Amino acid sequence: MADQQHEWILRLGDDALVLAQRLSEWCSHGPALEEDIALSNIALDLLGQARALLTLAGQREGQGRDEDALAYFRTDREFRNALLVELPNGHFGDTIVRQMLFDQFAVLRYEALASQTVDLELAAIAAKALKEVRYHAAHSAQWVVRLGDGTEESHQRVQESLNVLWPYTAELFEDDAVSQACAEAGVLPLNGSFTARWTEQVRAILDEATLTCPESTALLTGGRSGKHTEHLSYMLAEMQVIQRTYPGAEW
Amino acid sequence: MVNDRVAQVERILDGVMDPELPFLTITELGMIQGCDLDKDGTVVIKLTPTYSGCPATDAIQDDIKSALQPVEPRFRIDIVHAPAWTTDWISPEAREKMRLNGIAPPEGTSADKAFLLGKSHTVPCPRCASEDTRLVSPFGSTACKAHYQCNACAEPFDHFKCF
Repeated sequence: MADQQHEWILRLGDDALVLAQRLSEWCSHGPALEEDIALSNIALDLLGQARALLTLAGQREGQGRDEDALAYFRTDREFRNALLVELPNGHFGDTIVRQMLFDQFAVLRYEALASQTVDLELAAIAAKALKEVRYHAAHSAQWVVRLGDGTEESHQRVQESLNVLWPYTAELFEDDAVSQACAEAGVLPLNGSFTARWTEQVRAILDEATLTCPESTALLTGGRSGKHTEHLSYMLAEMQVIQRTYPGAEW
Repeated sequence: MVNDRVAQVERILDGVMDPELPFLTITELGMIQGCDLDKDGTVVIKLTPTYSGCPATDAIQDDIKSALQPVEPRFRIDIVHAPAWTTDWISPEAREKMRLNGIAPPEGTSADKAFLLGKSHTVPCPRCASEDTRLVSPFGSTACKAHYQCNACAEPFDHFKCF
C-alpha cells in the first residue's frame, strides 16, 4: 500500500510538473501581453503544486529523493503524467483547449482529495491547489467559449484542436491496481467515478462555445505506466539538461 | 525567558515586509501562522505561502533569516499548507493600505465563489473610487492580482484577488 500511495502522488505531481513546463514555454510568446502573463501565472501555480506533491511523494517513497531528484533525475519512462499534458503547445487554441480539458478534471480530483481525511498532508496540498485550479478552469473555459463562438476561423481551428485532443482525455479516467488501492484506502475515489461530472461540465462549455463534442471513442493511453509520446523526451531533455550537466547547480 | 524569545521573534517578524507589496508586512498579510518553541528550544516559525507557486516565498524566507540571525541563534522556518491561506486573513487596516498604494483590495470573502472566480462583482477604482471599472485580465503582475482598468478616470490598476 505504501508503495502504491507514493506512485499515486507521483501521478498527481507529474501532471502538474509537465503541464507547468509546457505552459512556461509560452512565456514571452503569448498572443497578447495579458495572456502571456496569464499562462505564465498558471504555469507558476502548477509548478508550486508539483513541488509540494513531489516533495511528499519523495518522503513517502523513503529513498531520500527530494523534489529536485524526482524532477531532474528521472527518465521519460519513469514519469507518470497523463499523455494529454505532455503534448506540444501547438497554437494558442490547442493550448487553451488542452487546458480546459485538464482543468475540469483537476478541479474534480482536487475536490475529492481535499475532502478526504485519510491522508491529511495530501488533503492540505489539495485544498490549496483547488483554489488555484478553479481560477484556471474559469479562465480556460472563458477562452474556449470566446474562440469557439468567435470568428469562423477561430471556431474552425479550436474545433480541430478539440478533435485532435479528445482521444487523450479517456486516459484521465482509467483505473488500474494503483488507483484501485488508493480508492480502497479512501484517499481518492476511482478515476472512472469522475467521468460523468467531467463530461457534463465539458459538454456545457462546448455547447456555449458552439463546438461539437467529438464522438471518438479512441483511447490513447500509457502515461501512467511510463509509456509516453516522444514529445515528453524532448521536453525533459530541455528541462533537465542543466541539472544533468552540472548536478546540484544553483543560481 | 522562553516566552521572551518567541515574543522577540514575533516582534521582528512584524517588521518583515512582503517583497511584492513592500508597504505591508508578512504578518499583516496573514502569512505567519504562529511561532512556538519546540522541545529542543528552537523557535519554530510557521509560514504559509499565499499561492503554491509564489516565487516570493523564497525571498521572504531569506528576509526572515537575515532579520533574525543577529538576535536569535536558534530558529527554523516550517512551511505549512493547512489551513490554506485565504485573503480573509488580511486585516481591514492592511486592505486600506493597499487602497492607498493603488491596489484594489480583495472584495467579499473567499466563501463566495462568485468573488473567487471574479464574477459579477464591482471592484472600485483605488484612485477615484468609481465603481465603473472593468476586468482587463484575470491574471495581473503577480499570481495574487488581477488587472483592471477604471472607465471613469482611465487608471489601470491591480486588484488583489479574493482567494
